[in-house]
Amino acid sequence: MSLLEITDLTVSFDTPDGTVKAVNGMTLSLEAGESLAIVGESGSGKTQLAFATLGLLAKNGRAAGSIRFDGQEILNLPEAQLNAIRADQIAMIFQDPMTSLNPYLRVGEQMAEVLMLHKGASRRDAMTESAQMLDAVRIPDARARLRMYPHEFSGGMRQRIMIAMALLCRPRLLIADEPTTALDVTVQNQIMDLMGDIQRDFGTALILITHDLAIVAGSCQRTLVMYGGRVMEMGATDDLFEAPSHPYTRGLLNAVPRLDVPQEMLQTIPGDPPDLTALPAGCPFSPRCPIRHGPCADIMPSLDGFAARRLRACHADREAVT
Amino acid sequence: MSAPLLDIRDLSVTFSITRQGGWPWSAPHRLQAVRGASLTLAPGQTLGLVGESGSGKSTLARAIVGTVPASEGQVLWRGKDIVSMTAEQHRNHGRHVQMVFQDPLDALNPRMTVGQIVAEPLRTHFPNLSKAEIHRKVGAMMERVGLLPALINRYPHEFSGGQCQRIGIARALITDPELVVCDEPVSALDVSVQAQVVNLLQELQREMGLALLFIAHDLSVVRHISHRIAVMYLGRIVEVAEAEELIENPRHPYTKALIASVPIPAPKAERARHRPVLQGELPSPMSPPSGCVFRTRCPIAQPNCADAPPAVQKLDDTHWVACPYHANTDKPVQI
Repeated sequence: MSLLEITDLTVSFDTPDGTVKAVNGMTLSLEAGESLAIVGESGSGKTQLAFATLGLLAKNGRAAGSIRFDGQEILNLPEAQLNAIRADQIAMIFQDPMTSLNPYLRVGEQMAEVLMLHKGASRRDAMTESAQMLDAVRIPDARARLRMYPHEFSGGMRQRIMIAMALLCRPRLLIADEPTTALDVTVQNQIMDLMGDIQRDFGTALILITHDLAIVAGSCQRTLVMYGGRVMEMGATDDLFEAPSHPYTRGLLNAVPRLDVPQEMLQTIPGDPPDLTALPAGCPFSPRCPIRHGPCADIMPSLDGFAARRLRACHADREAVT
Repeated sequence: MSAPLLDIRDLSVTFSITRQGGWPWSAPHRLQAVRGASLTLAPGQTLGLVGESGSGKSTLARAIVGTVPASEGQVLWRGKDIVSMTAEQHRNHGRHVQMVFQDPLDALNPRMTVGQIVAEPLRTHFPNLSKAEIHRKVGAMMERVGLLPALINRYPHEFSGGQCQRIGIARALITDPELVVCDEPVSALDVSVQAQVVNLLQELQREMGLALLFIAHDLSVVRHISHRIAVMYLGRIVEVAEAEELIENPRHPYTKALIASVPIPAPKAERARHRPVLQGELPSPMSPPSGCVFRTRCPIAQPNCADAPPAVQKLDDTHWVACPYHANTDKPVQI
């Protein structure tokens, strides 16, 4: 049994401008201890997928389908039951470490609260445990740091605190939503290294949500590429980068300038990210796709397996993706 | 190299920051955002400026455009110092130097139409142009940057991020400037759209002979677009070289660390890299380390690094580095 099984998930929002279809029939599974990267641009639905998993959708959001965690259905659970799973079983790290911490509370209070609430720990034990966890994420002088406020830390340190806080209850799944996007590249490096170590040491499964293919390359076992709320392709990270099977993945890889290979001209994906209120009936990428043909605009290609544990949703032949 | 368009000599920018809770008469804090920066930029060339947040790269750009006053040093535009220009001269100078900003939507007035936004620099700098002439120029420029001229009466919120950045570029180019300062022009854009804007800037540069000062924290993008690259750290320029040279043969320990930190979208190559993780973070610019500003994170720091800021050494005609021990790290860097 997989740790996380998402089947045919849809997430939509009712807005004055119409229904925004953020996620349109997502299916994925994640084994315990595994790391999966979800790559997509803005509007790909990657964040809403995570929010739906944790029951964090905005009030006008509706989710349908199935999300099973450890065999138990968790989609649309009542708040009380969700609270038993959040932090304890599934923890999340957000993009902006400043707005995710309470500026009025000392870091120690915020961290200890998690343990006191979920594990019924005493204040003293919770503080000791928090200090140990800060130590584990390599924050020096952890005891003294517990008495400091979030604004007294730098961005990278705050993100370390967020990671420490997420790990306090030893969750089995950690969802990190763009954890390094707000950080500088040398700090990003430190945080990604830390996440790798943590994942190994604690045996936590990891879902890394990002727009940055380069970060994925060094950090996750499997990669899933999303566009317009759908899976475009999925596979082992090495295979997927080596031989992308979807024109969107190919386009993304070609569009990023690389430090190790000089390029004359960047190849672009023409057009703009999808309008989620007016998605085509067929493949959401079809309006921008260089190899679209007959059925693409009208019929959504099915997500079919090929090779070892690889999936792709594209009407075109694999050989046509270059 | 031809005579420089822009010659920056020993430029410093200092901000005064009032102490919170201090007495009104107590001396304000001084934040030296840029210290002793020297750079040249030739016509038609691209100079990339990289550095982490707080390194002073945007402040340096604003001092060049003239929106932030320089406290010391000179900014010579074709040999004329713009720091000492009168307001009148400065206004005239404005049409030669234009700017493109990071957040495409925030940089556009939401209550003006695209046509008004693009036309505004023309109205300011060429008040004698007729309405018809302005309309013609705006239409031509919109077409040039890949916007349908039929959209001239639309408002910014009706456009996507990439299109808004095209509007910003059209506005910057309408006065036919010689230098365009681009402050993180693609950082807020999606990867697929980022390439469109980078390509557009390169095409326009070739066609119009533009010089670009391209500021970004993303070294991969900067390498792609720049002829020369300057690396900044905590207000100081630590290394300047031709783009290829800087990436292939970096000398300053910070440049090396920065290059090693940039992830590469190729799993096997990425795992095979030796990544010396730079410890710690940028110190506060309010109280920078004495001597060499990088010494607190530097893997090859010596005790005397704390004594005085390192002199800039000339390695050859185009490669400058501000580290006396740069030869000590002669291990090859793996990109």
